[in-house]
Amino acid sequence: MKRGWINFTSHAFTVLTGIACFGVILLVALILGNILWHGVGHISWAFLTTAPSAGMTEGGIFPAIFGTAFLVILMTIAVVPLGVSTAIYLQEYAPAHSRWVPLVRMAIQNLAGVPAIVFGLFGLGFFIQFVGRGLDNFFFNKELYFGQPAILWAALTLALLTLPTVVVATEEALRVVPRAHREVAYSLGATRWQMVRHVLLPQATGGILTGTILAVSRGAGEVAPILFTGAAYYLPYLPKKLNQQFMELGYHVYVMATQSPDVDATMPILYATVLVLLVLTFGLNFTAILIRSRIRRRLKR
Amino acid sequence: MSSVAAPPKEKMAARNLTVRAGKTVLLNKVSLSVLEHEILAVIGPAGSGKTTFLRCLNRLTDLEGLAVEGEILFNGKNILDPAADTTDLRRRVSMVFAVPTPLPMSIADNLRLGLRFTHGAGAWEERIESSLRASFLWDEVKDRLGSSALDLSGGQQQRLCLARSLMLQPDVLLLDEPCSGLDPISTAKIEEALQGLKKSMSVVLVTNNVKQASRTSDRTAFLLMGDLIEVGDTGQVFTNPAQERTADYVSGRFG
Repeated sequence: MKRGWINFTSHAFTVLTGIACFGVILLVALILGNILWHGVGHISWAFLTTAPSAGMTEGGIFPAIFGTAFLVILMTIAVVPLGVSTAIYLQEYAPAHSRWVPLVRMAIQNLAGVPAIVFGLFGLGFFIQFVGRGLDNFFFNKELYFGQPAILWAALTLALLTLPTVVVATEEALRVVPRAHREVAYSLGATRWQMVRHVLLPQATGGILTGTILAVSRGAGEVAPILFTGAAYYLPYLPKKLNQQFMELGYHVYVMATQSPDVDATMPILYATVLVLLVLTFGLNFTAILIRSRIRRRLKR
Repeated sequence: MSSVAAPPKEKMAARNLTVRAGKTVLLNKVSLSVLEHEILAVIGPAGSGKTTFLRCLNRLTDLEGLAVEGEILFNGKNILDPAADTTDLRRRVSMVFAVPTPLPMSIADNLRLGLRFTHGAGAWEERIESSLRASFLWDEVKDRLGSSALDLSGGQQQRLCLARSLMLQPDVLLLDEPCSGLDPISTAKIEEALQGLKKSMSVVLVTNNVKQASRTSDRTAFLLMGDLIEVGDTGQVFTNPAQERTADYVSGRFG
């Protein structure tokens, strides 16, 4: 009797956990399948290369793709040097038993837990109101030039959001370089910077690249941080200067989903846009995974 | 001959060298000189402070945060002075580690690494050939200098590390159990290389292998638990040691 009960509970848990797992897979498959089913038919060369028209009930999404790419490139230019230098300092330069290093490291990791909308508000307050206004007052005779939402400020805000990803990935990549390699460099008369430049960085490049791609794929999908800092509802032109606003895929999805004058006409465009965004971020993530597995294989050898 | 020759010159001289890791004493008031054109073997059981002594000589001890007292004279200057130029010191006093540590780059790039720090990018073809010849590796790798150093065998890798140190044309070569993981043929090649090298530099050879010390070195120092027990001509240390503990160790009665 008792044995039977034990067997029963054991089997029951196998079934329950199996159902839970299957449920998760089913959910993901449903979401992806739904988007693919409704979206793929609307994707065409014209859709990817033209601007929206007729109040977003017709036309394509080229300005949003262009804006996303521009935004993400600017963000990468900002976040990679900052993140990589921070990681190099924490890992190689900071005093070995400093009490501050774990504190700084914890602060950076907590940055990853801050809600994205808070980054957006911070960007508005710090970059636009403080830095931008300050620049305008100082260099542009108080004319409005930098003190407004712009692609530059949006990119910097996103850079803050993705900073932890780059720092953690770089630190990890530096940490796996054997101590013996550092000693070899020093015993050949390297300064600390030469050791970092010629021995550590070449071996850490793959890890840094992985971190960067993950940061980019995260940055490309975030809407909240750019909401107040530079994303535009609709623009008749592409941004050409750093202080101009831009359209972005994620924000475009939000706009089409909530502000369309004709929901039925917008629906296929909306699905197709979501599909483009998903393919973009999945593609980036997949590239990161590929690079990482290649590095693992190389290190094992 | 030794009675009439002028006293050999000191290349490096440690005076009252004491090293501590926290409260543990790793070396206790060791005074030991490295002479010009000699191979000095440093022997002793595990934990006797051999490697610590070696690492003091080019201040790799800095990287471990060890407390080093006393002085080490090199070219008349105390290299333990905090203001001493450690990068310059390490170019002149070069280390080959116990585990072969080729870096993940080509054979030629491994060799050029040290000179790259001092002179920037350069080909250094002649010096690559002479360094590889001096470490008896030239014939085995001359056709594949551009291939990865990681593809070499363990013995070849260690000779590459030796050649990499020689590229800097150091005054003193430090070897930390360089043959501990190698086969007898590779070991013989390295020992043969050392005999050629002492014409142009001093060699300090830390070894766990007492026989290697006796067949390779000119003088031998015996360390035990951080104390220098005895130093003298290798022949005398092995055949007629002044200390009983030395006799016990070199004859294999302990350690």
